[in-house]
Amino acid sequence: MAFKQVSSPHSHARQSTGQIMQLVLLATLPGLLVLSYQFGWGLLINILIATISAISAEALILKLRNRPIEFYLRDYSAVVTAVLLGLALPPLAPWWLVVVATVFSIVIAKQLYGGLGSNPFNPAMVGYVVALISFPIEMTTWVTPVSLLAADVSHPGLLESLAIVFAGNSPVDGVTGATPLDLFKHSDGLLVEQIYQNNSLFSAASFAGVGWEWANVAFLVGGLALLKARIFTWHAPMAMLGTLALMSMLFWDGGSSNSPGSPLMHLFSGASMLGAFFIVTDPVSSAVSNRGRLIYGALIGLLVYVIRAWGSYPDAVAFAVLLGNFAAPFIDNYTVPRTYGHGQSRRATDKETSE
Amino acid sequence: MRRIWDTPGGVHPPDNKAQSLTSGIGQLPLPEKLILPLTQHVGGAAKVCVSVGEKVLKGQKLASASASISAAIHAPSSGWITAIEERAVAHPSGMSAPCIEITCDGEDRWIECMGYPDYKQATPLQLRNLIADAGVAGLGGAGFPSAAKLDRGTHMPVDTLIINATECEPYITADDILIRERADQIIQGIEIISHLLGTPKTILIGIENNKPEAIAALNQQCQGTGIEVVSFPTKYPSGGEKQLIYILTGKEVPSGQLPADLGMVCLNSGTAFAIKRAVIDGEPLISRITTLTGEACDINRNYEILIGTPVSHLLEQNAFNPDLCSRLIMGGPMMGFSLTSSDVPLVKTSTCILAPSHTEIPDGDPAQACIRCGLCAEACPASLLPQQLYWYARADDHERLQAHNLFDCIECGACSYVCPSNIPLVQYYRSSKGDIVNARTAKATAAVARERFEFRQVRLEKADTVRETKREARRLATEQAKITSPTTTQSSGSSAADIIKAAQLRGSTRQASPEQQKAKLERTLMAAEMRLKEAQQRLLQATTNGSADQQTQQLASVEAAKRKVEQTAQRLTEVSH
Ligand code: SF4
Ligand code: SF4
Repeated sequence: MAFKQVSSPHSHARQSTGQIMQLVLLATLPGLLVLSYQFGWGLLINILIATISAISAEALILKLRNRPIEFYLRDYSAVVTAVLLGLALPPLAPWWLVVVATVFSIVIAKQLYGGLGSNPFNPAMVGYVVALISFPIEMTTWVTPVSLLAADVSHPGLLESLAIVFAGNSPVDGVTGATPLDLFKHSDGLLVEQIYQNNSLFSAASFAGVGWEWANVAFLVGGLALLKARIFTWHAPMAMLGTLALMSMLFWDGGSSNSPGSPLMHLFSGASMLGAFFIVTDPVSSAVSNRGRLIYGALIGLLVYVIRAWGSYPDAVAFAVLLGNFAAPFIDNYTVPRTYGHGQSRRATDKETSE
Repeated sequence: MRRIWDTPGGVHPPDNKAQSLTSGIGQLPLPEKLILPLTQHVGGAAKVCVSVGEKVLKGQKLASASASISAAIHAPSSGWITAIEERAVAHPSGMSAPCIEITCDGEDRWIECMGYPDYKQATPLQLRNLIADAGVAGLGGAGFPSAAKLDRGTHMPVDTLIINATECEPYITADDILIRERADQIIQGIEIISHLLGTPKTILIGIENNKPEAIAALNQQCQGTGIEVVSFPTKYPSGGEKQLIYILTGKEVPSGQLPADLGMVCLNSGTAFAIKRAVIDGEPLISRITTLTGEACDINRNYEILIGTPVSHLLEQNAFNPDLCSRLIMGGPMMGFSLTSSDVPLVKTSTCILAPSHTEIPDGDPAQACIRCGLCAEACPASLLPQQLYWYARADDHERLQAHNLFDCIECGACSYVCPSNIPLVQYYRSSKGDIVNARTAKATAAVARERFEFRQVRLEKADTVRETKREARRLATEQAKITSPTTTQSSGSSAADIIKAAQLRGSTRQASPEQQKAKLERTLMAAEMRLKEAQQRLLQATTNGSADQQTQQLASVEAAKRKVEQTAQRLTEVSH
């Protein structure tokens, strides 16, 4: 009687890469809902455009590379990239901006490096940074949160939004405005207290900045759920947030006119939580060991703060992540875990053989 | 309560043990034939000491240990030796190996057994020899000859004896059921081992807490013996020797060393039982408990099987349905290997035969890209970085593989188990390990060859100088002769003619007649063929149990012998034409 020859182990845990990606998508939902509530239809349209372009671009490249298209699309990684990008790009941005950023992510940052798993940089962040550098005006125009809209203005409806995105109609005055980090950055010479008093973005906020604080809380919730589901470990996100909090406490400076802002503002503004739980945790482009991920996360937290506080960009998660990606292989080299039965860990580049 | 240390990593696959525990240890009807591979253990193949046609009794020794690390083999039932030849054996590569076949006579008649119930009177050496003579080898799956393990223990002071009753692999319940039914004998076995090792200070039985009945049975038997039963949370692979040692003592066996170097000896509970049988009852190791489980068999339970029983016999007795079966596994679902045929025999290390259905263990999905999620690193009990190893294995980067401690991988399969991309990681590691070992031996053989070549050069040079000096000496001698005896010059003419004649004569003898040449070549051919046969024999032995080093050496000598045979045959045909 003949039987099949298969290599051990014979049993497998029932969780596939596609399922993990789907869970990640699911976890972005709370954040997406809050953002959509605060900023209107723009984000959903972003995500839709990004997803369609990502899947088409991925399929096209897979075809060119002669790979089974359906098999690779089913790992859902392109959709995750698209959704993250859609969340990060400004709502009501022109459609071509989203398409350019997404296609760049998928084609240049991912497939040209060999596809999922081989890309050294986080594709979504590469796409974001390319868009930011190429189209600074479009990229820094955000929609005003719903609670701060003047009484006679409201967010454009779905059709109106589509017209803005696809036909290039301009939104009504007062619908777009600065983000809290932007505002803070450009309020030099004022005491923190004054900035807070002068701007409804802060004065009407519960603890950080109107609109953003709750979106960040929502991403935090989604991220914690993923942590609970053991999709990633706590090391990188906690190290990033911890460092960010620590730095903003150290340089808080009592809220003087030089202060780069409070810890709460930094933790719950901009892309802090989205970055910590959905970008920094991207396993492909991060350090591999737990110790390495601690360092990697801390490095990104540090860079986020440094760029926010003293750089010329109001938010910095994308740049910080790319720099972190860049450092990941070096971090890996020095953080090989100590193997059972070995006195100390070795460096990845060690050449001598172990017996 | 004794402190328990937690190992890093580990996984929790569904344990699937209940189905084979619904009934106790069963007995199978005697099979028609028993097939006994000469290598069922780590180390040298056993040396056959019976011949075909001989009648043997149950328990009679068929093959004896051939080296310090080797184990004897005994007849599991009475009958006739009907073959000593290559047979398919249970091995991951599906290879064949030398085996002894017994056709049972159905009488199952025992040879006379000499037990040592009074083992306390015996010296450690005597006990050790009894165990060696009984062919006891690790029954947990590794099959390390127990006498050799205990030897190490007797050379160094042992302060901790650890009995491994963990049985962390899913599905397998052989140790569990043995403990439930025969805990008393296991404890007796442990006491023998303890006596042999000079009564270690600490004796621990490590067992996972998913076996409450077995724990209760052990606790009851251990009362007043000083043996401690330590149960700990279930997690795969706690039963790995290194992992268990860490769990129970918090100490790590340094890479490349053995537990004995830490003053520890670790044996499986089934082995302790076999040692009790060997010493007190004088019965050699001819049977073991094997779990038969999986949905492709109607009956799931444990059997006390005779070593050498064909797997097919076991399956037939349990309403096995091959159409349901997705694969046939010897061992557990994590570390067991698939059998390509059910004709192979059960051996001393066969803990389990798992015949899962297609829903139970479906055919794997194709591997996707590694997303570096790190789940594998979290699962690894040795704190390796499986994803990096995978990367380097694919790139054949041997240096990086070794820098990442590939050789500390115990091939437990926890990493592949959790990998969401379904990458057969362990398969990569196994083949990389093989490649590295092969490269090392190739290097070593090359070094040996170079040395040989250089040695030959030196020898040739030496021979040259010797010849040179001899010639010089002869020349001097003749000159001397010329000077001292001028008379010889007179007869120089005749003598020159003589010399020429003599030289011609010599030449003709060297130029032997074709008949003589043929006869000589035939002799050479015969000798060469014989050498080839011997070399092949040695190669066979080396492939079954030798190190990769020995294998390459033997392979080389077979090749050389073959060449010699070919050359001689060639010359022979030339001469005869
Ligand atoms: S578990 Fe699989 S996919 Fe994840 S890092 Fe390890 S090898 Fe890669
Ligand atoms: S098979 Fe090797 S690498 Fe994988 S988990 Fe086990 S020890 Fe670690």
